[in-house]
Amino acid sequence: MKTEAKRLMRGSEAIGEAAIRSGCSCYFGYPITPQNELTEYMAKRMLETGRVFIQSESELAAINMVLGAAATGARVMTSSSSPGITLKQEGISFLASMELPCVIVNVMRGGPGLGNIAPSQSDYFQATRGGGHGDYRTIVLAPASVQELFDLTRDGFDLADEYRIPVIILADGMLGQMMEPLVLKDTPIAPEELPEKPWTLRGAKDRPSRFIRSLILDVNLEEEHNWRLYRKYQRIERREIRFEEYFTEGADMIVVAYGTAARIAKAAVKKCIEKNMRVGLIRPISLWPFPNEKILDLTKYAGHFMCFEMSMGQMVEDVRLAVQGKAEVSIYGRPGGVVPTPAELFRVISRTYNKILREKKA
Amino acid sequence: MKKRKPARPQTLKEATFHYCPGCGHSVIHRLTAEVIHELGIADKAIGVPPAGCAVLAYFYFDIDMTEAPHGRGCAVATGIKRALPESVVFSYQGDGDLAAIGTAEVIHAANRGENITVIFVNNAVYGMTGGQMAPTSLLGMKTTTSPKGRDHVREGYPVRVCELLSSLDGAVYLERTAVNSVKAIRKTKKAIREAFQTQINGEGFSLVEILSPCPTNWKLSTVDSWKWIDDVMSKYYQIGLIKDTRKGSSKDAD
Ligand SMILES: Cc1ncc(C[n+]2csc(CCOP(=O)(O)OP(=O)(O)O)c2C)c(N)n1
Ligand code: SF4
Repeated sequence: MKTEAKRLMRGSEAIGEAAIRSGCSCYFGYPITPQNELTEYMAKRMLETGRVFIQSESELAAINMVLGAAATGARVMTSSSSPGITLKQEGISFLASMELPCVIVNVMRGGPGLGNIAPSQSDYFQATRGGGHGDYRTIVLAPASVQELFDLTRDGFDLADEYRIPVIILADGMLGQMMEPLVLKDTPIAPEELPEKPWTLRGAKDRPSRFIRSLILDVNLEEEHNWRLYRKYQRIERREIRFEEYFTEGADMIVVAYGTAARIAKAAVKKCIEKNMRVGLIRPISLWPFPNEKILDLTKYAGHFMCFEMSMGQMVEDVRLAVQGKAEVSIYGRPGGVVPTPAELFRVISRTYNKILREKKA
Repeated sequence: MKKRKPARPQTLKEATFHYCPGCGHSVIHRLTAEVIHELGIADKAIGVPPAGCAVLAYFYFDIDMTEAPHGRGCAVATGIKRALPESVVFSYQGDGDLAAIGTAEVIHAANRGENITVIFVNNAVYGMTGGQMAPTSLLGMKTTTSPKGRDHVREGYPVRVCELLSSLDGAVYLERTAVNSVKAIRKTKKAIREAFQTQINGEGFSLVEILSPCPTNWKLSTVDSWKWIDDVMSKYYQIGLIKDTRKGSSKDAD
């Protein structure tokens, strides 16, 4: 297949272009920094391509417009940043229960509350634990480059349809703003070329009427519904785990980081390697499902896992669960929108690494 | 001529309503189903029931339907209609659903001139949750959360939804009716038909507000509930056409 030439693109636009090329026919959003470029890009491109764009009255309205459009079978996207994603949670819970596919982009900013507009990773818990009420999960993908913003958004639409599940693209203000070369390797698909879904609401023409609901008053049926969702989540956990490894083989210490933090971590780990330190990096790309088995497997080399997160430490809880007590786990967390440099992180890694070496000798 | 039991409209499933005896929802369901059938739109109609006593409407209407979170009917209907413009979409909402938690959604759907229809059931209380005060509860009305009677100093004034929406250019057909007599029921059916026709003609946002008895929470008999609508409710909520700015408005269609 012919590969298109590289083009320079902004992160938020890469998400938008991926949505267009995925056949997304409806976008609903409400302005919030630092993701306005995406909403604005969608406003322009959706109108150019004759598709639906609505600037809604609130994030609540946006997610419920998503619900309505998804029920017709349309590929649909919304985007926001932390406080707006909080408002969407009721709707996401409904989408999960009603098994309506959609892509939801969270360009995270510093919190809690109004916080600030700097890049942050403090919505990990919210994203990976369902976020709203009830027993449910969403697929959570964490890109770390403009290319990945594009690729994972593209995959996000496919995964959403395949499993009938909301997919969250968890990015941050840094990734959204960043300009990087992008290669479009995919074959774009138009909304009208998408395969028909057998469960949609498009009017009961030549078939019995259908309804989609989440209210199941009979406790036994509701239990069964939860079991059915759970089995779907198990299937996803078996099949959809994604991660990247960097010098993990034989490493005494492994840094765990995702998204922007992983970019910084990669640069810091590179410096470690140059200094002959046995330090590696694992970057979860799917945050849910989380690469538990991979991390457990890496305890055969590493006795210490250091999480680096732009929060007080949220993913670290998953890492602790993953190592099953077979390795030590520590956290270097920088909340509030602070983005440390690779040099700073290198110093932190070195301190821990040297301590490990001393303990090993003793 | 022999009296015949009216046949079930084809767009209603063979199910028994769960509504209380004398409840307006039963009548309004039937009227809506009849209109959908008579307009021949059952194969492209998509309904959005609310959280409220009518939450199970998808067990009754034999058309495609999707649930909406409490108050979000107009946003869900917007999503459906924009994604599928050839469908005929209606949201069916109570007064707590539409005039309290969903106020923003109805105002902005109306303001955008969304080409959807809203069946708005005003029974002046929260029925499903047990008779709490609604934004539409009348002054002096005793409910479980206004035990001393609604006092505007404490609880504000009853909201007139049609009048509130009438200032919005996108809202082109707003009518208030009731279902407490044969005549009123006929007028309600006509208004529902007009509202759907507005959408079919592509003219914009249409809403029918229906004063509807809730004998259970009003603690009145069915007959007294009907009387109460005449004597009290419709004195505050003026019955009739509130706004009609449709280009092809057919005010004489009967
Ligand atoms: C977010 C949320 N808050 C509260 C509720 C509980 N609730 C369900 S229906 C309802 C009010 C129903 O009253 P109304 O809209 O007047 O409809 P009616 O039952 O009278 O027909 C409430 C408060 C809910 N389902 N969701
Ligand atoms: S509580 Fe009121 S609105 Fe609800 S079903 Fe009974 S009569 Fe109807």
